[in-house]
Amino acid sequence: MAAEPPLAGAPERLAGASEVNPAMAPTIQLEDVTKVYQMGAVEVRALRGVSLAVDEGEFVAIMGASGSGKSTLMNLLGCLDVPTTGRYLLDEIDVASLNDDQLAFIRNRKIGFVFQSFNLIPRSSALHNVEMPLIYAGDATNRKDRALNALKVVGLADRADHQPNELSGGQQQRVAIARALVTNPAILLADEPTGNLDSESSHEIMEVLGELNEQGRTVVLITHEDDIAAFAKRVVRLKDGLIQSDQIRIPTTRVAQR
Amino acid sequence: MNVLEALRLAYGGLTGNRLRSALTMLGILIGVGAVILLVAFGNGSAIKVQSQINSLGSNLIYVYPSSSRVGGVSQGFGSGQTLTQADVQAIASGAPDVSTIIPVSTLRGQMTYQSQNYSTSVTATTQDFPTVRSYQISDGSFFTAQDVSANRRVVILGQTTVASLFGTTEPVGKSVKINRQIFQVVGVFAAKGTAGTLNQDDIAVVPISTAWTYLEGGRGKNINQLVGSATSANTLTKAETEITAVLLQTHNITDPTQPDFSVLTQNDIANAATSTTATVTTLLSAIAAISLVVGGIGIMNIMLVTVTERTREIGIRKAIGARRRDVLLQFLIESMFLSGTGGLAGILLGAGGSQLLDWYAQQPSVTFAPPVVSAPSVLLAFGVSVGIGLFFGIYPANRAAGLSPIAALRYE
Repeated sequence: MAAEPPLAGAPERLAGASEVNPAMAPTIQLEDVTKVYQMGAVEVRALRGVSLAVDEGEFVAIMGASGSGKSTLMNLLGCLDVPTTGRYLLDEIDVASLNDDQLAFIRNRKIGFVFQSFNLIPRSSALHNVEMPLIYAGDATNRKDRALNALKVVGLADRADHQPNELSGGQQQRVAIARALVTNPAILLADEPTGNLDSESSHEIMEVLGELNEQGRTVVLITHEDDIAAFAKRVVRLKDGLIQSDQIRIPTTRVAQR
Repeated sequence: MNVLEALRLAYGGLTGNRLRSALTMLGILIGVGAVILLVAFGNGSAIKVQSQINSLGSNLIYVYPSSSRVGGVSQGFGSGQTLTQADVQAIASGAPDVSTIIPVSTLRGQMTYQSQNYSTSVTATTQDFPTVRSYQISDGSFFTAQDVSANRRVVILGQTTVASLFGTTEPVGKSVKINRQIFQVVGVFAAKGTAGTLNQDDIAVVPISTAWTYLEGGRGKNINQLVGSATSANTLTKAETEITAVLLQTHNITDPTQPDFSVLTQNDIANAATSTTATVTTLLSAIAAISLVVGGIGIMNIMLVTVTERTREIGIRKAIGARRRDVLLQFLIESMFLSGTGGLAGILLGAGGSQLLDWYAQQPSVTFAPPVVSAPSVLLAFGVSVGIGLFFGIYPANRAAGLSPIAALRYE
């Protein structure tokens, strides 16, 4: 697409920085965010005033029972939806005021999605799936090399030509992670990435995410499993649309310790 | 996302559902094939009619006397006797865009040679007849101006007449009788073929002065028609106007709406003959075009199914950064690809069918005109089929593009 991205001037974060720098603005900043859905005649207040700041390089797990508002929070963080009230600054960009195309641009450049059900495009090779965000970015420079590199990071360079149905669940999720990485986004957003996987594959995926975080990636993970949350450095618990607790902790399960 | 990528996606989408894509294309294929075939058929007929009319001669103008009236009752087209040799001279000198003009009088002639006899149309005219009517002499020669002025009893025969009277005998130099008068055969025409229902080889041509003297026995210097030839196709209309002006003057007619003659050009005849064919062709093509619309509705139907089936995929694409127009373009191109491919196949079918009919038309005993596929009809058919994909793809593509990513991702 020839159109110039609407937010080309936005500051780029350094991908390699591994230490949290408190002097810099947080990567994610939610300020008293609410979200109200209209379900027929009933108003559903999914989020009732959430404030949250995530700095660059953090590894945050968001936990909560179903109905706690974590999926709504995920949609907002992923710029799939905009808050009803409150402000959301992603990489210093106020997302609430953006139109659909601008949101699409943010999703493309600033956010890497990893879904519970992998969500690869069927009948397309792993490589083509990973290339997809670059295609929508209109970025043809070294597209194939960059996609292959991302696959190498998740250890699947030798599966580049395989279609999703020729890959195991764990492999599909690693392709999805490669797809999330390929545009070098500000955050990796994982929505129950291990929900459809057996425990062995789950741990593999968490190790990949942990490694990426070690390399300086900001990772936000949504889960309801404690052993998965144990990989994170910070756990935020949601209940009834409000933050119940926000703990910074030493991860109990680490790649290096295994 | 560029168009090439969208085409790749479209190709992938279509080959993923081969049978369904093929069945959807069938609607367009049949429609385009039928349109091309029918247009080719009409085209072929028009070309055949045109060539038959051209075989009459080049840039011809016919002048007929008006119908005469006896006691107020019209005696029918061409029954008047208002055309004279003076008119021929007046046109020859007063109409600069008429290169040649001949008077023609036709009568039935009973011809005999030895024991054979044959009834044919005898054309009485002047020495310029072969030039105006594009007849070639295959044997002997045509009569000359001297033959005309001297009322010589000479005759030139067409191939059908020769075959009926002489069989395999060489006719030139032989004597035949026309209505009991002895004529000498001086030439034979080359075969010319038919024009419409008229067999142009069933003919015997004599000098008009001879016919007046020996064959029409004192019934006056009858002229059935004048046949003129314009200097070129461009001057045909001008020549027609000049002839009308000259005749109005020589006939002393002051009211141009009441002439005692009528002038007709070759174009008038051709238009009349081809307009029927054109009407039938248009009608048949319109019927075939309806099947294109039906095919288009089929495409819309399948595209709606495809969009529903791929709701989740659309959600994924939107989540990783596809904009509204990216999704719109993808489905529009897929729909145009579907109809365009169907259109191409239809063109092949139509052209192939035309070839087959062309081959069949060459067989003896088959009388219809061979179809002629015209390039504009092929281009138009392809354009229309792609346009159908565009038109009927807009609604489904718009529906896909307007999906909310959250709802699409949740779709099971």
